[in-house]
Amino acid sequence: MSILILAEHDNASIKGATLNTVAAAKAIGGDIVVLVAGEACGAAAEAAAKIEGVSKVLVADNAAYGHQLAENVSLLVAELGKDFSHILAPASTSGKNTLPRAAALLDVAQISEIISVESADTFKRPIYAGNVIATVQSSDAIKVITVRTTAFDAVSAEGGSAVVEAVASAHDAGTSSYVREEVAKSDRPDLTAASIVVSGGRGMQNGDNFAMLYSLADKLGAAVGASRAAVDAGFVPNDMQVGQTGKIVAPDLYIAIGISGAIQHLAGMKDSKVIVAINKDEDAPIFQVADYGLVADLFNAVPELDSAL
Amino acid sequence: MKVLVAVKRVVDYNVKVRPKSDGTGVDLNNVKMAINPFCEIAIEEAVRLKEKGVVTEIVAVSIGAKVSQEQIRTALALGADRGILVETDVEVQPLAIAKLLKAVCDKEQPQMVILGKQAIDGDNNQTGQMLAALTGMSQGTFASEVVVEGDSVTVTREVDSGSQVVKLSLPAVITTDLRLNEPRYASLPNIMKAKKKPMDVMTPEELGVEVTPRVTTLKVEPPAERKAGIKVADVAELVEKLKNEAKVI
Repeated sequence: MSILILAEHDNASIKGATLNTVAAAKAIGGDIVVLVAGEACGAAAEAAAKIEGVSKVLVADNAAYGHQLAENVSLLVAELGKDFSHILAPASTSGKNTLPRAAALLDVAQISEIISVESADTFKRPIYAGNVIATVQSSDAIKVITVRTTAFDAVSAEGGSAVVEAVASAHDAGTSSYVREEVAKSDRPDLTAASIVVSGGRGMQNGDNFAMLYSLADKLGAAVGASRAAVDAGFVPNDMQVGQTGKIVAPDLYIAIGISGAIQHLAGMKDSKVIVAINKDEDAPIFQVADYGLVADLFNAVPELDSAL
Repeated sequence: MKVLVAVKRVVDYNVKVRPKSDGTGVDLNNVKMAINPFCEIAIEEAVRLKEKGVVTEIVAVSIGAKVSQEQIRTALALGADRGILVETDVEVQPLAIAKLLKAVCDKEQPQMVILGKQAIDGDNNQTGQMLAALTGMSQGTFASEVVVEGDSVTVTREVDSGSQVVKLSLPAVITTDLRLNEPRYASLPNIMKAKKKPMDVMTPEELGVEVTPRVTTLKVEPPAERKAGIKVADVAELVEKLKNEAKVI
């Protein structure tokens, strides 16, 4: 078996999600090849070559791949992927954008967001907002898979010495172009990679009150997330949303503040190792998944917690 | 221009779904069904584009059992002009759905296809991207803003790091994210009017599409239960537990 992984990177470095995806590939077993498609992405390719367990890195360095436009990258993945038994990418917004397109070009199904590898053709994945875990078997010759990164422990970014090979193929579908990106700037850790996450919900009442959570997060070295209710109410931007349709997180400690615990939110955080809930409604469903629940007014409890740390 | 909107019948988002005890599937007996929330956003976007004068006709398409007509009627009540049901009792998976939608696109020649980014039952997030691949259209997935200008559309996309803006040439596939719009409710007069709007019914065989599933579900099970936690009396006890019992801070 041979596995092609579409790397998540920013041309200069490899994103952590790629390391979790390599871990999933190791669970499948076989030769692991990482594809770095980008523009001026030599540094990212060098970094990919050092990842533990990777035997080869393919670098497609072309302006058409610079912004990971799905129309272009999917053509490359479909061309190179023909020779592999499996094609994997992290279930990030980039992987979710490109991989189904490549799968359709190859006329094969995609298996989305696997959380475990049962065998080379059988995988587990959550459905219905994580209320049901399905074991699914693929009958396609090429298995195209996105990986829920929180379900696989990252392999080491060091220790490998893969060969790096340039790929000449330049696919430009010519149907789309990149205009701009607005990147949320933050000195806090990345939400999906943080070991502690502090999240706020509708109970925060407004965006200004999130300042309390930022202060708490900075003391803990934590990232700050939010429920869909808080995002819909306009308190914070969507890239902070944790849940079924937002980001999936599984930190060592998740502190849910003023979050009632709708099933869609639980889908995004219930695999956290330790869950703390602070809510004034003692019947809030969040307490059913919390290891430590504190029934209290968050406007008293959060400043108190902040000063206790 | 003509817009095609895909709508899916799913379990209502308020229902907590459970696997059947024998693990063969999900218990859907007497469960409330509804239009997938992301598909509702797709219809709303098409209707707003029509109200702006950008779109002239909205065709709502659903694929599934005969009862999916209910969701097409909902789309018609919200402002779609006519409906198409591709009727099948087979479990249709995203690749097959994309092929069926491509066949409908070949007939209808829409300039834009708007779909939800994912259905809340299978949580696949694939169909729009696959349809775009099969038709060769550009794709604007996870859209939070859609602006049509001449023969192109500018789409703001929700991405992990923030937002990304892409310009796509038409025809294009758009998949909706939550913040694209807030769908309206159907008014009673519009629900009545919707009953008279035309709806075509066709089959995968008539469209010449093979829908055999590629992926087999071997079993379904509930997720691992979390152990019941405790309530702490105050912040001091919480900090003590986190430090000495859980050892996470």
